[in-house]
Amino acid sequence: MNLYLLAVVLVMSSGFPGIFLRRWGGEVSAVLMSLGAVIGLTAAIRVLAGGPVATLALPPAPLASAGLLTLDPIAAFFALPVFLLLACAAIYGIGYWDNHQENARTLRLALGLLAASLAFLIVSTHALPFLLGWEGMAITAFILVMTEDRLPETRRAGWIYLVCTHTGTLALFGVFAILFAASGHWTFSGLPQGFAASGRGTALFVLCLFGFGFKAGVMPLHFWLPPAHAAAPSHISSVMSGVMIKMGILGLVRLLSWIPDPPFWWGAVLMALGALSGILGVAFALGQHDLKRLLAYHSIENIGIILLGLGLGTLGKSTGHPVIQVLGFAGALLHVLNHSLFKGLLFLGAGSVVHTVGTRDLERMGGLGRRMPWTSAAFLAGSWAICGLPPLNGFVSEWFIYLGSFRALGFFRWPWSLVVLTSLALIGALAMACFAKAYGTVFQGSPRTEAAGAAHESPRSMLVPMGILAGACATIGLAPMLVAPALDRVVAAMGEGTQVQPLSRLAHLPSLSLLALALLGSAYLLWRWLRPLDSRRSLPTWDCGYAAANPRMQYTASSFADGLVGGLRWVLWPRAHGGKVTGCFPVDQPFESHVPDLVLDRLADPAFRSLATGATLLRFFQGGKVHIYLLYVLLTLLTLLLWMVA
Amino acid sequence: MSPDFLIALTILSNFVLVATSRVNKAIQVAVIQGVLLGLIPLAMGLGRHPHILFMVAATITVKGWFIPFLLRRAIQEVHIHREVDPYVGYTVSLMLCALGTGLSLILAHMLPLKGGTKVILLVPAALSTLFTGFLMLVSRRKALTQVVGYLILENGIFLFGLLLVEDMPMLVETGILLDLFVGVFVMGIVINHIRTAFDSTDTRHLAELKD
Amino acid sequence: MSQPLLPLSIQWAVHLLTLLLLPPLIPGLINKVKAVMAGRNGPPVFQLYYDLGKLAHKRAVFSRTTTWVFLAGPIGTVAAGLVAGLLVPFGHTGTPLSFEGDVILFAYLFGLARFLTVLSALDTGSSFEGMGAAREVAFSALAEPALFLGFAALAKASSSLSLSTMLLGSGLGSGRIAGPLILVLVGWAIVFLAENARIPVDDPNTHLELTMIHEVMVLDHSGRPLALVLYGASLKLLVLGAMLMDPLLPRAPQAWQNWLIFYGGLGVLAVAVGLVESMSARFRMTKVPQFLIAGILASAFAFLLLLV
Repeated sequence: MNLYLLAVVLVMSSGFPGIFLRRWGGEVSAVLMSLGAVIGLTAAIRVLAGGPVATLALPPAPLASAGLLTLDPIAAFFALPVFLLLACAAIYGIGYWDNHQENARTLRLALGLLAASLAFLIVSTHALPFLLGWEGMAITAFILVMTEDRLPETRRAGWIYLVCTHTGTLALFGVFAILFAASGHWTFSGLPQGFAASGRGTALFVLCLFGFGFKAGVMPLHFWLPPAHAAAPSHISSVMSGVMIKMGILGLVRLLSWIPDPPFWWGAVLMALGALSGILGVAFALGQHDLKRLLAYHSIENIGIILLGLGLGTLGKSTGHPVIQVLGFAGALLHVLNHSLFKGLLFLGAGSVVHTVGTRDLERMGGLGRRMPWTSAAFLAGSWAICGLPPLNGFVSEWFIYLGSFRALGFFRWPWSLVVLTSLALIGALAMACFAKAYGTVFQGSPRTEAAGAAHESPRSMLVPMGILAGACATIGLAPMLVAPALDRVVAAMGEGTQVQPLSRLAHLPSLSLLALALLGSAYLLWRWLRPLDSRRSLPTWDCGYAAANPRMQYTASSFADGLVGGLRWVLWPRAHGGKVTGCFPVDQPFESHVPDLVLDRLADPAFRSLATGATLLRFFQGGKVHIYLLYVLLTLLTLLLWMVA
Repeated sequence: MSPDFLIALTILSNFVLVATSRVNKAIQVAVIQGVLLGLIPLAMGLGRHPHILFMVAATITVKGWFIPFLLRRAIQEVHIHREVDPYVGYTVSLMLCALGTGLSLILAHMLPLKGGTKVILLVPAALSTLFTGFLMLVSRRKALTQVVGYLILENGIFLFGLLLVEDMPMLVETGILLDLFVGVFVMGIVINHIRTAFDSTDTRHLAELKD
Repeated sequence: MSQPLLPLSIQWAVHLLTLLLLPPLIPGLINKVKAVMAGRNGPPVFQLYYDLGKLAHKRAVFSRTTTWVFLAGPIGTVAAGLVAGLLVPFGHTGTPLSFEGDVILFAYLFGLARFLTVLSALDTGSSFEGMGAAREVAFSALAEPALFLGFAALAKASSSLSLSTMLLGSGLGSGRIAGPLILVLVGWAIVFLAENARIPVDDPNTHLELTMIHEVMVLDHSGRPLALVLYGASLKLLVLGAMLMDPLLPRAPQAWQNWLIFYGGLGVLAVAVGLVESMSARFRMTKVPQFLIAGILASAFAFLLLLV
């Protein structure tokens, strides 16, 4: 535990020296953050490898209530992506957001504080430090999102994020109140049998879904995610997407570890929400032409996949099938780790691209694969992993969930596992389409604008973290046996009392590695076969004899996705302007299309606007005189006192 | 000296405060109240704890010397010596203060306290000081007298905190001192800005900020 | 279970040899059938072997716009097809490798092949390849659920998660399973036609770029990469054809009989595909999604029938 706390202190202080230094602030913060990350990872791996669970009770006096920090397997597992991704982000920030950019010092400071809040939050097993860490995370993330606050869209994104995160925190206060009422103390511990089926248990579940779901970005509470992740600097987006939204999942995992007998409908609701988030997330991603918004919607989709796994595991737990429980939970947890790795990688790659080209618009890029080969390779690795294709890590976690749902086919009366299966298959196919679009439009073909043509490769400080994350993806994909014991321990911590089988007996991981190696081996042999004959590389692409082909004739991102977006238009409601060509000799016509966020545009915005209009009716109370306001306070106080004694 | 005596003096000082129209007099009364409040924990017999002694010393220094010092400097800058034409006249405010004290006594009688508390006069004193502070905030026009009203409000909350001073001394101290500092700083900035914006510290002009 | 007369290593060797050497025969057979139906002699059945040999000696020409990803498409198709071929049983002759959940790996290997092919198409920066890639990803989004629903139905019927048991499970001969099995095979036949770019989804012999889906994605390849592309396509025919035919093949007591039955079954499949291609025209592009949805519905109904 001391090792872990040392790590927390180190990462927290990583931003402070940069305030005073003129030149080396980024390097110092990266060194401190990496040092803290290595120490924290050591402490976490020690617990995951079978070490003892470390606890620390906080002294009562300063915070007026006892606090409890526990480094149990669940916390240790979630600590892995936290430390790894934050260290990578700090290293990336050296080259990406140096002191010449605006608010660099604030950014480094807030990043360090965010790291500390996250690390603190993970090990909290008492309501008070949990909420402190939660609020710290929310506020520092707000500061980070608003780094470029001179842009109005950034300010709007930060505002929406702040409102949503505090609404979720409000629900969390309710959660902890119910916990206190049920167990009599504020420490996290198992709840008695039969609690989950009671009215209070239902309220607890709904509030947890609302509060943690808001943070995780579950549909329909996702609408703060795309603007916030697009507006933040890219290494911050990678931390937010990779780690922060997983804190919502951590909350749900802790909830599931308290309940020994979840009712059937809990798992069904989780699966339904997972399917909804997954399919709609990737559908909305298809319609985006802003690279970072696209990646943000994919985070929503992957949260959907994680919820599918959690729902499957809960169904297994409630019907007494430990095999399905293990597979579902293991798949969900591994996907938490995997997603943070490859989504972090993708955002860092996107940051490199945006940094060089100067815009986030997909339609203004192209041909960057020749000009930025390393970034392109890293982004390809990330796309490969996020589509869940073998032999990388995305496939392994989805494989566990598939295995669980296939096994469940024989058990349940209702074909819930079929929902999981079909959703995963559909999500996989649509994700492949979306990332083919993203990678193809950005890195392949010819540059569509001059800025893209003038692009250059990123500095090494930005390439190294991408390499680290890509290496981690490949390692987990090729050797999943390394993480299986850790997953066993976390799943056992989640299912107190049930007999859980080790993962290695349920899923034949060595065969997977063997086939992955066979795949790579045969690919290598074929590559060698292609090499010997020398080839000519000086011709343009075949264009059917049309002599004046130019880069603007390439397929654009919107046209690539048009088939699917059109097919899904009943759920996406895309908007298009212009493009009407009339007459025999038509002139140039402008055309613009976009897919706005459905919940934000049609539900949240109009609702808040009507609320604002209604609220102006209450303006007459606002006289402008300070004395009147103070009189209101006094009257409220008197009313409350009189009501209390009456 | 019994704590009840000091507490009664505090309640009396509230009446004096509400009836005066001179700013200097109001500040003097605030000083006296501050010193009285600082001495109450000693009178309650808690002097044997070293951190309470420290708290007493800090309270007397801050409430008795430091904040009145800042306020007197502010008076020198803005040259306000009298509060003229408040929203609620002096006689009426005196009657309201008496009404508030009576109400506090009734309310305190009906609010149950943990058994074993020796100084039960703390609660009505706290409530009445609270009301007095609010009354000054609501009825006075000049920003400086409003600051004094805010300080009296804080005194009332401090009295409440004295009920808990044995169990959570740090909490009471930190909360109150922090509040005071923040309040004084904010009020200082507000007074300065009102003066530079409107060439006057009459809070009536703040109403122009309404949209 | 029949007693294999040959030791396991020989089984595996025959499996590997079949996997490596047999694929180019199938398109040759299909083309022969189409030619015969059209009243022509047509190219010899072994034509694709000659073509591959010729291409292996030619130099490749690459466009200025392409990077190393351009080669990943052909390489990925062949590598993924080979590994998938290790997982699928060729008739009742046993698989070299089978474990629980290999069915998912099987499906995703083809997904990998598709992903890399699409990327290599987009690498050329041509609007034709982009168009083919866009259509390909749109249609595959509908084909994947049909495939997986079929797997789900077979998994429920055979209570197993391994591809070999699912396709060859002994319970598949009973009457109760026959109805759902037919529906699954219908759905899978639709997926087979879509994945292998056969009429009525896509015309493998068209020369109009505007109407191509798969053909246009590989338009820019030449020399050895083109050889890999053609070989990979025939490999896909073999592996997916094996998957489609396996539930229908009867079991013989001897191993060599099972091999013969398998080859015969492949031949029947090739002839059937040739007949379908000769006797129907290619669908309008807007009808293809409806066709694929029909496949999804068939598989879904198969599953529902197994539930009641």
